[in-house]
Amino acid sequence: MHRSSTLAQLPIGSSALIHSMPTGRAGLTRLRELGLTPGVRVKVIRRAPLGEPLQICVRGSQIAMRNHEAAHILVTPAEA
Amino acid sequence: MSAPDSPLLAIVGNPNSGKTTLFNLLTGLRQKVANYPGVTVEKKIGECWSQHGKKLRLIDLPGAYSLNARSPDEAVLRDVLLGRRADTPRPDRVVLVLDAANLERNLYLASQILELGLPTVIALNMIDVAEARQWRIDVSALSTELGVPVIPMQATTGKGLLELKAAMSRADLPRPRWHSAPLPEDIRASVQATRARLLASGAIQEQASLLEPLYLLSDHDPLHAGIRDEQLAQIAQGRDALEKAHPGWEDQLVQDRYAAIEKLCARVLIRPECEPVTFSQKLDRWLLHPVLGGLFLLIFLVFLFYLIFKVAEGPMGWIEAAFASLGTWVTGLMPPGDLRDLLVDGAINGVSGVVVFLPQILILFFFIGLMEDTGYMARLAFIMDRLMSLVGLNGKAFLPFLSSYACAVPGVMAARTIDSPKDRLITILIAPLASCSARLPVYLLLLSALMPESVSLWVKAGIMVALYALGTFGAFVFAWILNKGIMRGASAPMILEMPAYRLPSLRSILLLVWQRARAFLVRAGTVIFGISILIWAASTYPKSDSPDASMRLEQSLAGRAGHLIEPIIAPLGFDWKIGIGLIGSFAAREVFVNTMAVVYAVEAGDEEDMTPLRDRLRQETRADGRPVYRPLVCISLLVFYVFAMQCVSTMAIVRRETGSSRWMWFQLACLSGTAYILSLLIYQTGSALGY
Ligand SMILES: Nc1nc2c(ncn2[C@@H]2O[C@H](COP(=O)(O)OP(=O)(O)OP(=O)(O)O)[C@@H](O)[C@H]2O)c(=O)[nH]1
Repeated sequence: MHRSSTLAQLPIGSSALIHSMPTGRAGLTRLRELGLTPGVRVKVIRRAPLGEPLQICVRGSQIAMRNHEAAHILVTPAEA
Repeated sequence: MSAPDSPLLAIVGNPNSGKTTLFNLLTGLRQKVANYPGVTVEKKIGECWSQHGKKLRLIDLPGAYSLNARSPDEAVLRDVLLGRRADTPRPDRVVLVLDAANLERNLYLASQILELGLPTVIALNMIDVAEARQWRIDVSALSTELGVPVIPMQATTGKGLLELKAAMSRADLPRPRWHSAPLPEDIRASVQATRARLLASGAIQEQASLLEPLYLLSDHDPLHAGIRDEQLAQIAQGRDALEKAHPGWEDQLVQDRYAAIEKLCARVLIRPECEPVTFSQKLDRWLLHPVLGGLFLLIFLVFLFYLIFKVAEGPMGWIEAAFASLGTWVTGLMPPGDLRDLLVDGAINGVSGVVVFLPQILILFFFIGLMEDTGYMARLAFIMDRLMSLVGLNGKAFLPFLSSYACAVPGVMAARTIDSPKDRLITILIAPLASCSARLPVYLLLLSALMPESVSLWVKAGIMVALYALGTFGAFVFAWILNKGIMRGASAPMILEMPAYRLPSLRSILLLVWQRARAFLVRAGTVIFGISILIWAASTYPKSDSPDASMRLEQSLAGRAGHLIEPIIAPLGFDWKIGIGLIGSFAAREVFVNTMAVVYAVEAGDEEDMTPLRDRLRQETRADGRPVYRPLVCISLLVFYVFAMQCVSTMAIVRRETGSSRWMWFQLACLSGTAYILSLLIYQTGSALGY
């Protein structure tokens, strides 16, 4: 049930809950400040035509990031 | 200077919340744009009047996501609000602009600012967008929770403006009541200890609160906060202490703040279970489509460049004609003599050579404004990011670099849209490698000298493309090297907000175009004016009474300088006459063509028709009877032009945009050095091989 994967692995169109991300890295702190805190629900909207970056919806805002960051963000599947 | 009865209000908010629109709405043209000293962050100030005729002074602060600054922009916001900038007084009041359609995220910065305790009014902007998404915001509950007036409004139509102005000029504008979670005890104790040390060293002044030291400690690059070296060490120690006291303290604070915001939102914001699909989402399905998205982008860029190169031609012709008739008029007005020559040949000619780029600059900035205002700019960066990441840049650097193919000057100015300082600097440094339109006449002349007419047009076009490709390739190599080696600091991660599409406001776009055009013209009017006169004087004085123009040029300072540098450029295959052309190129590269015409005393005929000059170049021989413009020399010279930094206008703008002449000299040395070395390699290997 609690099989966790990373945000970078989520299929397009799916939703998940942020489980955890490593602390103390400036880039990830900024993502937190944009609303990606543990427990929050995110939805993967699309990838850019060349495969990166990744566009997600969090707290009603649209944010794009690269795999480099997304691969560090652990998520757990959200029901529904 | 500031009348005590006109309060200073700061407009603050997230990027894209509509701050600038609101500022423009309030102040109209009564605004001044300058830079904060030492950083290239735009400082906009203006004024407006309340209904009762009371004057309000306004300052539009840069957009930011957080007071934990990650860029010079954000540091300026933090420092002004904390009263840490000597050049800007601390604002008396705050107009906090919130994007209602991104309320939760916007409340993050908002809650930080409210905690600073300045009297505040909230402009709940984009209320129309929130309504379209069927969000219900309980405005009075929000106002009660935060303790400050909240005015729902729409800055694009002016809806809610009267109420906002009334609140802004209220004498009893309340101080906010909001406090998120109290600092955890271990963090508080550690910050307190550091604060004592920072107070002692004068890094901070504020006695009462922990916020100033806290925000300084969370700035990973506090260099731009006016911090001295010994204070930097204190801050680094403070960070270490905090990290020991509470590992992950920064992330803890973010989490606590969002927990408080979630509670607040639960009381004031109702989002529908299933939001209607917005227009933006529908449009993005096409514009960001894996195949069609790229295609659309390509069409758009081709269209843009068509306008820049073709449509701008007309007005560029008019400008040249206008300057030419101004020259004729002055010639007729004044008696012949040095003063007349100075005005006509030096000043008018020189300034004309730069102002002629104005139409291209206007078109370019109009489109940049349009793309920013509609939200397409973020999509462009989104699509191009992968490509730019190959050389360590991000998607936002794409357009400024592309613009540099028209002219490096607007390209460098457009780099303002890149928020990461490192990426921005790299983009500025490589911009001159994009083959700008001023190189075109030089390429054309040399190519025609290089190859007999019999060579097919395709080959010539092929070489032309190769020259452009060489410059582009060089730019990418430079970017890569700068990124890997020379630049300090790790690159910030690429994080891009994708705003909803919006109808552009013509008014703000025109304002942007006007501000950029003015900055450009002021340059042309001062620096470039001066340099043109210098270069004219160098090629005129000292005078000799030879009737022959080319003899006169040889006797002049420029001619002597050509001789002087001949030993340096001879290994590249250039003689002193080419040296004069290189020196003249500093005014603008295409000046090379005119200079060579004077050097060889060729009647400078029609610009389009280079045949006489070309033939003359082909006849030119050295002492040993071999032609000067052998193919090898032409190629060496072409490569030199691809790489060399030879444009004073660009140098002036680089200095302005990087805030120091250091980078300007660095760029000059790197690019011209590379040009020299490459030409040297080409000529020497070529000669050794017997070409
Ligand atoms: N629909 C709608 N659009 C708005 C409103 N206010 C501003 N806009 C649009 O939102 C976009 C962004 O506005 P700006 O004023 O440039 O935002 P900003 O906060 O200054 O952004 P930065 O310059 O990036 O800091 C523009 O296209 C505006 O026309 C509003 O109330 N409703």
